[in-house]
Amino acid sequence: MQIDPKVLKKDEEIAYKLRSLYRRFGYSQYTMSKFEEYSLYAKNKDFLISDAIISFTDTHGRLMALKPDVTLSIVNNSQDAAGHVQKMYYDENVYRLPKGAHSFKEIKQTGLECIGDITCLEVCEVIMLALRSLESISDEYIFEISHVGLLEALLDEAALPHKAEKRVLSCIISKNTGELEQIFEELNLCEEKKARLEVFFRNFQSFAEALEAFGKVCTGEESAKALSEFETVLNFISSTSFAKHTKVNFSLTNNMNYYSGIAFRGYISGVPTGILSGGQYDNLMRKMGRKARAVGFAVYLDALKRLGGDDREYDVDIILLAGDDIAVAIRAAETLSFDNTSVRICSEIPQDITYRQVLSIAGKGAK
Amino acid sequence: MKMIDIALPKGRLGEKVYDMFEAAGFSCPSIREENRKLIFENEELGLRFFWVKPSDVAIYVERGAADIGVAGKDILLEYQPDVYELLDLNIGKCRMAVAAAKGFRDNSDAPLRVATKFSRIAEEFYAKKCREIDIIHLNGSIEIAPILNLSDVIVDIVETGKTLYENNLEPIETIVPISARLISNKASYQFKNETIEKIKAGLAGQVRNTKND
Repeated sequence: MQIDPKVLKKDEEIAYKLRSLYRRFGYSQYTMSKFEEYSLYAKNKDFLISDAIISFTDTHGRLMALKPDVTLSIVNNSQDAAGHVQKMYYDENVYRLPKGAHSFKEIKQTGLECIGDITCLEVCEVIMLALRSLESISDEYIFEISHVGLLEALLDEAALPHKAEKRVLSCIISKNTGELEQIFEELNLCEEKKARLEVFFRNFQSFAEALEAFGKVCTGEESAKALSEFETVLNFISSTSFAKHTKVNFSLTNNMNYYSGIAFRGYISGVPTGILSGGQYDNLMRKMGRKARAVGFAVYLDALKRLGGDDREYDVDIILLAGDDIAVAIRAAETLSFDNTSVRICSEIPQDITYRQVLSIAGKGAK
Repeated sequence: MKMIDIALPKGRLGEKVYDMFEAAGFSCPSIREENRKLIFENEELGLRFFWVKPSDVAIYVERGAADIGVAGKDILLEYQPDVYELLDLNIGKCRMAVAAAKGFRDNSDAPLRVATKFSRIAEEFYAKKCREIDIIHLNGSIEIAPILNLSDVIVDIVETGKTLYENNLEPIETIVPISARLISNKASYQFKNETIEKIKAGLAGQVRNTKND
């Protein structure tokens, strides 16, 4: 039996497309239990989008959690072996307390993780799959990319007091140039240090412009190394048709305790929040005592539920008014619904639904 | 042309903000008409303005019902919406402050009772000082809390301080200066970047003019 695309909701349709995409690139499905030990999440609360977790005690007295995240579980179950790379995708429900809400929500999330001896090859492949994921949802999409290592190195090289560094980072995240100027004034920073920080606020029109601007300020060893990594990735994107959808934007960078290297976020026109986010999270791996490196992303499918709206013109195509012969009525409904036309059998026309046409059984057939 | 949806705070501040938009070349003449309409369009310029409750502007922008809006820094600090804060408009200036009855002395052997509408701002302020507090969340008439011994101090917006003085209170500490900010939805900032940047530049010009006056 073929799947009728009309019965798939937008998020379900996209989930199928994404699973097929990831499988085609050699990723295998990771299926996890609904429950995991609470301690896994409690130790890494800062990594979670919301730190509220539904917990309970199981029959063995262990404190368990209804999974609020998939990445931590995948990392926990991955291997550390030289030359080994694991490629996994998932399509799971997670349980979170959305910002500002007072009750938990079940959220559908699809994504992939690539863990092990990661090189630039894997990072670029994951970026390509993230871009293809966005492309499979809508033609109108924007992919923002940054490099956490580059941000970290330039902040280190600016050698700001700890509190001021935190404030600068918060200004970068909210594109708040007004407060940045105030910090410059308070610290009486030299022009060279200012330039190192101002570059993160620029609205770059092309990769070349961004690379040129960063080239001028990346004079330290660490920042030059990070810029070279970033350049390799931007050059890869330039060589694809995705370049026109990609923008350099450092305001997406948060949680530097966990992320390292490339970080990215994706938007679809018509959805007010980012629907894809990811990057390299080697720092999380270190925190969990792992040697392997990792890169991955998640697509938040629940954000797509309202995309495109409800385009059904009618609740049902045909209202079929059955006669006295039940077998004839059901056979007629089967025949009429053969090509995915929807048919509702009833004795009289219902008042609460809309329909395209009404047919009634007269004697031995439908008319 | 894609419309730009702009959420403005209802009231005196919103009117001042609209004046700045108009002076910067982003006008919508119908907004000046005397009526109770809340949405106004200038199809030619691709602008749609709407009036909303000041504390709701950030919600409209965060959820994408508005592409940009103008909200007070107090609202941004309290609710921490996931938006870009593009420009300080330098109007609606006041400060978030701690106030108490005249002659109040903090008795540090008990938690400080703090009445406020701005629980998060108050919590963060006292957490930095390592001072234990008991937050009493109120929605209005905060000034009477210390008078009726409901709280020791209040955390609230102070403009001239007149309401405080008339109620026998005085500001004892400034937490943060407040003013109106231009904010943008993060997705809209990318999809309508050119127009949003033009509006930001136009308003920045207005801010400079006011500072130079």
